[in-house]
Amino acid sequence: MKIGVPKEIHDAEHRVATTPDVAKQLIKLGFSVTVESGAGAAAKFSDDAYREAGAEIIADTRELWAQSDIVLKVRAPEDHPALGIPETELLREGGTLISFIWPAQNPALMDSLVARQATVLAMDSVPRISRAQKMDALSSMANIAGYRAVVEAAHHFGRFFTGQITAAGKVPPAKVLIIGAGVAGLAAIGAAGSMGAIVRAFDTRPEVKEQVESMDAEFLELKYEEEGGGEGGYAKEMSKEFIEAEMALFREQAKDVDIIITTALIPGKPAPKLILADMVESMRDGSVIVDLAAEQGGNCELTEPGQVVTQHGVTIIGHTDLPSRLPTQSSQLYATNLRHLLTDLTPEKDGNINVNMEDEAIRGATVIKEGEVTWPPPPPKLSMQAPKATPAPQAATGPLVEGKKSSPWVNLAFMATGIIAMLALGSVAPAAFMSHFIVFVLAIFIGYQVIWAVTPALHTPLMSVTNAISGIIVIGALLQISAPRGIVVFLAAVSVLIATVNVAGGFLVTQRMLKMFRK
Amino acid sequence: MPAGVVTASYIVASILFILSLGGLSHQESARRGNVYGIIGMAIAILATITSDQVSGLGLIVPMMIVGATAGFIVAARVQMTAMPQLVAMLHSFVGLAAVLVGFANYMDPSLHFEGTEKTIHEIEIYLGVFIGAITFTGSVIAFGKLQAVIKSAPLMLPARHWLNLAAGLACIWLGTAFVGAESIGAGLLPLIIMTLIAFAFGVHMVMAIGGADMPVVISMLNSYSGWAAAATGFMLSNDLLIVTGALVGSSGAILSYIMCRAMNRRFLAVIMGGFGTEGGTAVATTGEAGEVTAVSAEETAELLSNAKEVVIVPGYGMAVAHAQHVVSELTQKLRSAGVTVRYGIHPVAGRMPGHMNVLLAEAKVPYDIVLEMDEINDDFPKTDVTMVVGANDIVNPSAQEDPNSPIAGMPVLEVWKAGNAVVLKRSMATGYAGVDNPLFYRENTRMLFGDAKDSIEAVVKALG
Repeated sequence: MKIGVPKEIHDAEHRVATTPDVAKQLIKLGFSVTVESGAGAAAKFSDDAYREAGAEIIADTRELWAQSDIVLKVRAPEDHPALGIPETELLREGGTLISFIWPAQNPALMDSLVARQATVLAMDSVPRISRAQKMDALSSMANIAGYRAVVEAAHHFGRFFTGQITAAGKVPPAKVLIIGAGVAGLAAIGAAGSMGAIVRAFDTRPEVKEQVESMDAEFLELKYEEEGGGEGGYAKEMSKEFIEAEMALFREQAKDVDIIITTALIPGKPAPKLILADMVESMRDGSVIVDLAAEQGGNCELTEPGQVVTQHGVTIIGHTDLPSRLPTQSSQLYATNLRHLLTDLTPEKDGNINVNMEDEAIRGATVIKEGEVTWPPPPPKLSMQAPKATPAPQAATGPLVEGKKSSPWVNLAFMATGIIAMLALGSVAPAAFMSHFIVFVLAIFIGYQVIWAVTPALHTPLMSVTNAISGIIVIGALLQISAPRGIVVFLAAVSVLIATVNVAGGFLVTQRMLKMFRK
Repeated sequence: MPAGVVTASYIVASILFILSLGGLSHQESARRGNVYGIIGMAIAILATITSDQVSGLGLIVPMMIVGATAGFIVAARVQMTAMPQLVAMLHSFVGLAAVLVGFANYMDPSLHFEGTEKTIHEIEIYLGVFIGAITFTGSVIAFGKLQAVIKSAPLMLPARHWLNLAAGLACIWLGTAFVGAESIGAGLLPLIIMTLIAFAFGVHMVMAIGGADMPVVISMLNSYSGWAAAATGFMLSNDLLIVTGALVGSSGAILSYIMCRAMNRRFLAVIMGGFGTEGGTAVATTGEAGEVTAVSAEETAELLSNAKEVVIVPGYGMAVAHAQHVVSELTQKLRSAGVTVRYGIHPVAGRMPGHMNVLLAEAKVPYDIVLEMDEINDDFPKTDVTMVVGANDIVNPSAQEDPNSPIAGMPVLEVWKAGNAVVLKRSMATGYAGVDNPLFYRENTRMLFGDAKDSIEAVVKALG
C-alpha cells in the first residue's frame, strides 16, 4: 500500500509525520512512501534525505493525497490555505488517515471523515496500556513539551538556574515548582533539575510521589486525603475541599518560587484554574510561569493561549506549540510512534494493513472504521495504577531458607545432643582415635572460618585449589606402596598416579586462573 | 627421615594449606596463596617419600612423573569455559584414589589391629571407600553432563527415592557383615558389593539433578572428595590427611550452602533431584502473555552509547556462546567512550561457583568492576541500561513478585529497575526452571535475539 506524508499546514507547525530513517523502516514493512516536497524542511529533513531513504517526493499536494492509501499527518485535518478546500476532501474515498484527531473536540471533522468513508486512527486515542506505550504519541509529545517548557522558562528568566559562588558574589539557585507530574511534568523536573534548579512538584495522584523523588525533586503533599487517580491513568476532578487545600499550598509556594510550570489536564474538560491572579501578583518580579495547559484554557488565570504576556512583573508563557518548537526531535519520536502503530497494523509485513479490532491498542486508536464511528472505545482493561492491587514486592518475597530462625531451646538441645554423642564416642573409642578426632573437628572449624572469608569472585579458583590439595590423598597411597603384597602395591601405584594428576593439574590451573584476575 | 621430622613437616604443610585457602580472600593475595599450597604439597610429599615407612622409589618416581605430566598437560590446555568439567574430572580422581587406597589398606597384611581398634579401623575403611565411590561416579556423571556427553535434563526413575533408600539400607547391612568378618577374604566380598552399590548410587544421584543445579552438585562433590580424604586419614592415622580433608570438606559444604541460598532451595531438595516436578502445575506459565520489543544491534549500540551507567549481567549462555571476549571488547569500547560499565554476578550464574568471574577474568575484564549480586542490586535504579547476556532465571522478577512462582523467594538481580534492560537471547524459550520470565514483557525491556557472540559483535561493530 502507498503511504503519503503531506506537509503540515497549521500555522507555525514545524513537525512532519515521518523522518527519512522511519521512511526506510516503513519501506521494509512493504509500504511505498511518498512525501510532499518540503514537508520535512522545518524539521531539518531535506527532500534529498527522504529520496536517499527510498521515498518518492511529490510537489503536488492534491496528487499526493489522491494516490495515497494511507495518509500520515501530525495535526488533525483543517482547511488548506493554498488550495482553499478542507484536507478531508483531499483524502481519497475510503482511504486511511492516521494523525491527531481529538474526536471529542472536533465533531464536525468526524462527520466529514465519515462522509469520506474513511478509516481513521487517532494518535490521541491510543489507549494507555503498557503494550501500547511505544505508539503513545501523547506521551512522547508531552515529554518534549516538558523539556521545552524549562528551556522557554530559562530563556525568559533573568538568572541562572544553578547556584554558584563566584568571585563576583553568590548566586542562589532558582526554585522551580512543577504542577502535575505526568509525562510532561516529569520531563520538566528532569530538565530543570539537570540545570541545577531546586525542583518541587505537586500532583493529585499520590502514587507518583516515588517517581518524583527518584528524580531528586521534592514532592509537595497536602494534609488532605483523596485519591486523584482516574480511569486510564489520568487525573480526575477533585472535590471542593481538596481544591481549597491545594490552592492554599500554591498560594504559599507562589511567594517562594521563581518559576512555575503547570501541566494539569483533565481529559475532555477545560484545564483547571490553579494559579489565580492574586498568586501571580504575589510572585517576585522577573518570575516566569509556563502554562502547558494553555491550549485547553490554561492552568493560570492570566494565561493567554499562544502568547507570552507580562502581568504584575511575571512573564506568563502560553505557547501551545511547544513540541513543534523542537521540530527535529518531536518529528523523530512521532514518526517512530507511527511506525510502531503501522508495524502492529501490518502483522504480515507485506505492506497491507489490517485494522484488527480484537487488538486492544488498535481498537482504541481507531475512531472511524470504513465510515463508521467507533469512538469512544470500551474503557481500557488495565489501569496504570493496577500495581496497587498487588502486594508490595518486598512483602511478596517467599520465605528464604535461612529466614527460619530456630528458637534458642532447639539450639541448646542440639548442642546437648552433640556433647552427649561426643562423650559416648569417647567412652568407647580408643585414645588414639580421639586425638585424631580432635584434629578433625578443629580443622573443620578452621576451614569454616577461612572459607567464609573467600571472596565469591574466587570461588572457582577455590574449588580448583581445594581439588589440588585434596590430592594429598597421594600420601595415603605412598604409605602403602611399600607393602609386601603385590595387589596392594598395584592399587597404591595407581592411586599415586591419579592423585598426582590431581595435584599437578589443580595447582597449575589455579595459577593460570589467578594470573588472569587483574585490575 | 626420622618420624619427628616427618610429623613436623606435616604440621608445616597443614599451616601452608590453611594459608593457601586464606589467601583466596582477596584477588591480590590469591596467587601467593596458591604458591603456599604448592610449597605445602611439595613438603608433604617429600617428607612422606623420605620417611622410614616408605620404600620403592623405583615405582613412585615414574608414577609421579607420568601423573604430573598428564596433570600439567590437561591444566595447560583446558579452556576457561570448560573449567567446570575439569574440576568435576579432578574430583573423580580423588574419589577413585580414596577407593583404591581403602582397598589397599584393607588388604595390607602388615597392619594388625585388635578389639575396638579393629572395629573402628574397619568402619573407617568402609566409610572412606563408600564416600570415595560416590564421589568417583558422581563426578564422572557430572563431567559427562557438563561436557554434554550425557543429557543435562534430570533423569527421573520411578520410585527413585525408594531406590536410594534401599541402596542405603543395603550398604548398612553389608557394613555389619564387613566389620564382623573373620578374615580379610571374607570381608572383601561385602566391601566389593558395597562399592558397586555406591558406584550406582553416585551415578543415580547426579543423573537426577538438572544442568542448572550443577553449581550445587560440583560444590557438593568437592565437599565429598574432602571427606573421602579425611576418612582415609583416619584409616591411616595420618593427621595431615585429616586436616586437609576437613578443610576441603568444609569448603565444599560452605559453597553448597551458598549456592543453595542463592537459589532459595534446600540442599536436600537439590540432591533429591528434579525441579518443580512435585507441584505438577506449578511450572505452568503465569499466562502473562505480552508483547516483547525486539531491537537490532544498531539500536542496542545507540542505547548503550547514550547511557552513563551500564550493568552487564552474564549467565551460562555467555559461556556456551564463548562470548566473554566480545563482551570484554564491548566493555572497553564503552569505557573509553566514558560510559561506566560494571558487571553483576549472581552466585549461581554458570555451572560452578564463580564461573562467570573466571570467564570475565580470562577476557581481561578488570575484577574491580565485576560485582556480586548484593553489591550491585541497590544500584539498578540508578543504572541507565542493563544488558543480560544469556541469563534467565537469575533476572526473573516473578521470584519477587509472584508468590506462586516455583522460584519465589530466590534472590535475583533486579535488572528491570534500570532505565532499559536489553536481553540477549536465542529465542523465547524458558530458562532452566521452566518458568516464564515476565522481564521480557516489561515496557523497558528490549530483546536482542540471536547468538550472544554474534549479537555483541554486531553491537561492537555498530559502536564503530
